[in-house]
Amino acid sequence: MDTLPADSGMRDQRRLEIVRKQRIQDFIFHKLTLSFSLIVLVSLVGILISLAIAAWPSFHKFGIGFIWRVEWDIINEEFGAAIAIFGTLASATIAILIAMPLSFGIALFLTETCPVWLRRPLGTAIELLAAVPSIIYGMFGLFIFAPLFAEYGQPALQSTLGQMPLIGPLFGGATNGIGILAAGLILAFMILPFIAAVMRDVFEIVPPILRESAYGVGCTTWEVVRHIVLPYTQQGVIGGVMLGLGRALGETMAVTFVIGNSQRLSASLFSPGSSIASTLANEFGEAADFHLSTLFALGFLLFVITFVVLACAKILIIRTERAKGLKT
Amino acid sequence: MNSIIRKFTVAAASAVVMASAAHAADITGAGATFPYPIYAKWAEAYKKSTNIGLNYQSIGSSGGIRQIRAKTVTFGGTDAPLGGADLDKDGMVQFPTVLGGVVPVINLDGFKPGELKITGEVLADMFIGNIQKWNDPKISALNPGKKLPDQSITVVHRADGSGTTFIFTDYLTEVSSAWKDKVGKGAAVKWPAATSVGGKGNEGVAANVGRVKGAIGYVEYAYAKKNKIPHLQLRNRDGKYVDPDDKTFAAAAAGADWFGVPGMGVSLVNQKGADAWPITGATFVLMYKNPVDKAAAQDALKYFDWSFKNGKEMALELDYVPLPDVLTKAIADKVWSQITK
Repeated sequence: MDTLPADSGMRDQRRLEIVRKQRIQDFIFHKLTLSFSLIVLVSLVGILISLAIAAWPSFHKFGIGFIWRVEWDIINEEFGAAIAIFGTLASATIAILIAMPLSFGIALFLTETCPVWLRRPLGTAIELLAAVPSIIYGMFGLFIFAPLFAEYGQPALQSTLGQMPLIGPLFGGATNGIGILAAGLILAFMILPFIAAVMRDVFEIVPPILRESAYGVGCTTWEVVRHIVLPYTQQGVIGGVMLGLGRALGETMAVTFVIGNSQRLSASLFSPGSSIASTLANEFGEAADFHLSTLFALGFLLFVITFVVLACAKILIIRTERAKGLKT
Repeated sequence: MNSIIRKFTVAAASAVVMASAAHAADITGAGATFPYPIYAKWAEAYKKSTNIGLNYQSIGSSGGIRQIRAKTVTFGGTDAPLGGADLDKDGMVQFPTVLGGVVPVINLDGFKPGELKITGEVLADMFIGNIQKWNDPKISALNPGKKLPDQSITVVHRADGSGTTFIFTDYLTEVSSAWKDKVGKGAAVKWPAATSVGGKGNEGVAANVGRVKGAIGYVEYAYAKKNKIPHLQLRNRDGKYVDPDDKTFAAAAAGADWFGVPGMGVSLVNQKGADAWPITGATFVLMYKNPVDKAAAQDALKYFDWSFKNGKEMALELDYVPLPDVLTKAIADKVWSQITK
C-alpha cells in the first residue's frame, strides 16, 4: 500500500518530464522549420523590393509607357521594354507550343505503350537530357543547329508557310539561322525533357486498378488516357507545363547564343531579336547609372511576367478543381 | 560529432587565416576585359620575382569604374577613358598601360585576309545599312579588278557592352558624319543596319561571322590573328592602305599628344602617319590621388612599373603593343607622382 502511490507518483513525474521534453522538442522543431520557410518569403520580398528600388529612376522617367515603348538607345538613354518583352514572350510561346504536345506524347508512350525493357533506358535518357546545362544547348544551337536551320530549315519554311497569307510575313527576311524562331526551337529542346519527365511521373501515379478496370471494360489506350489518366493527373500536367514555361521565360545562356541579340522589333520570326534575360546577360557588365537602372527595371518586369504566369496556372488549377467538385 | 565540428572549425579558421594572408599581399584591380590576358601574364612573372600576386577581375570597363568608385579595389581598368572633369570630381588619375587594335573581319568566299580594301566612310555605310550588297559600286570602286559577289551584307556586332565596341564606334564617328549623327560612340550602341546580329564576346562575333556568308564584323586584333579570320585592309588618314599588326598600332600611337588631354584620354583612332592603323586604342588604369590604403596603391604602381620595364616581350607575344619608354617615364614622373605615398 505504501509503495504503490510513491511508485506511481514517480512514474507520473517521469512521464510528465518526458512529455515536457517532447513538447519542447516539438516547439523548437516547429519554430525552426517555420524560420526556414520564412527565409524563402523574406528573400522573395527582399529581391522584389531591391529590384524595385534599383529600377525606380527608370520607372520614374518613362512611367508605365516603358512597357510598350519600342526603343533601346543606350547612348541617348532612351529605353523601352517592348522589344525585350516581345522577344521573351514570343520565344517562350514557340517553345511551349512545340514542347507541350511532344512531351505529352513521350510521357504517354513511356507509361502506356512502351515495352518494359525500353522503359528504363528511355526514362533515364530523358532525365539526363533535363539535366544538361543550358550553355550546352546554347553552343549546340549556335554551332550545329543554326547552320543546319539556315541551310535547310528556314528555306523550307519560307517556301511553304512563308507563301501563305496572313502568316507569310512571319517567315520572311534573311535566313541567318538565328533569331526568335531559332531561340524558340532551342528552348523547346530544353524544356521538352523537363515537361516530359514531370508528365511521366504524374501519369505513373494513376492507380493501376483504375487503369486496369478501364481496359477491362474494353477501352482503347486513347480512351484510357483521355478519360482516366488525364482527368486524374490534370493538375500535375498543367503544373509541369507551367514549370517548363517558367524556365523558358527566364532562360538566359541558351537564348543569348541563338536569339541574335538585336534590339529591333520585326514582323519576321527569322529576324534577330532579344529577350529580357539575354539583354540583362549582355549588357549588365558594361552598364552604368541610368542604363543600369533600366536593366533592373527589365529584371523587375521579368519577375512580374513570371509571377503572372504562375498565378494564371494556379487559377487554372483551382478552376478545374471547382468544376470537378460541382460535377460530382 | 563534437570532433567533427571541431575539425571543421579548425579547417574553416585556417582557411580564413590563409585567405586573409594571401589577400594582404595581393594587388586588387577590376575592369576592362581587353587587357586581362596581358595583366595576368605580367602578374604571373611579377609574382615569380617579387612574390606579390595580382587579383584582377575582368568584369568590363563600366564595372571597373564602378568598383574603383566604390573603393573596393586599388585600381580600376577601362578602355573608354574618363574625362578630365570626372577625374577631378573623383580625385583620380588615369594612365594608359598597353595599346591594341580592332580589326574588321569578313566572311566572303574567294578572298584572302587583307585582299579586300576599304575606307572608313564605306565601312560606316556598311554598318549603317546604306550599303547592303558586297558588289555595291562604292566597294568595287575601291577594289578595281576584283570580282565581288552579289551577296547581302550581314553586320555582326558585339551584343555585350565592350571596350572593343567603344574603339570601333569611336573610329566610325571620327570618319563618318552620318554615323556621328545617327549612332555615335559607346561601349554599346543602337546598331542601325536592318540585318545586324549580335554575338556575345569576341568569340560570339567570330562565330557569327564564320557562320554567315557575307558577314562583316569586328574583333580584337589578337583574336582575329589567333583564329585566322580574314580581315580587311583599311585606308588610313594619310590615304595609305594598311594591314593591322603591332607596327601599324605603334605607328598610330607615335603621333599622339598624350598630355594634351586631361587624364591622358587621347583617342588613337584615325591618327596621322603613313603606317598608322586607324582603329587603334589604349586601355587605361584609374587610381585615387589620395588612396585609402596608400601601401596598396604603391604596390600597384610597383607592379605597373615592373611590367612597363620587363613586360614588353610578353605584351608583343600576346599581340598587344607596349608603351614606348619615353611615355612610361613621363607617366611615372607626371602621373604617379600625384599619388600620395
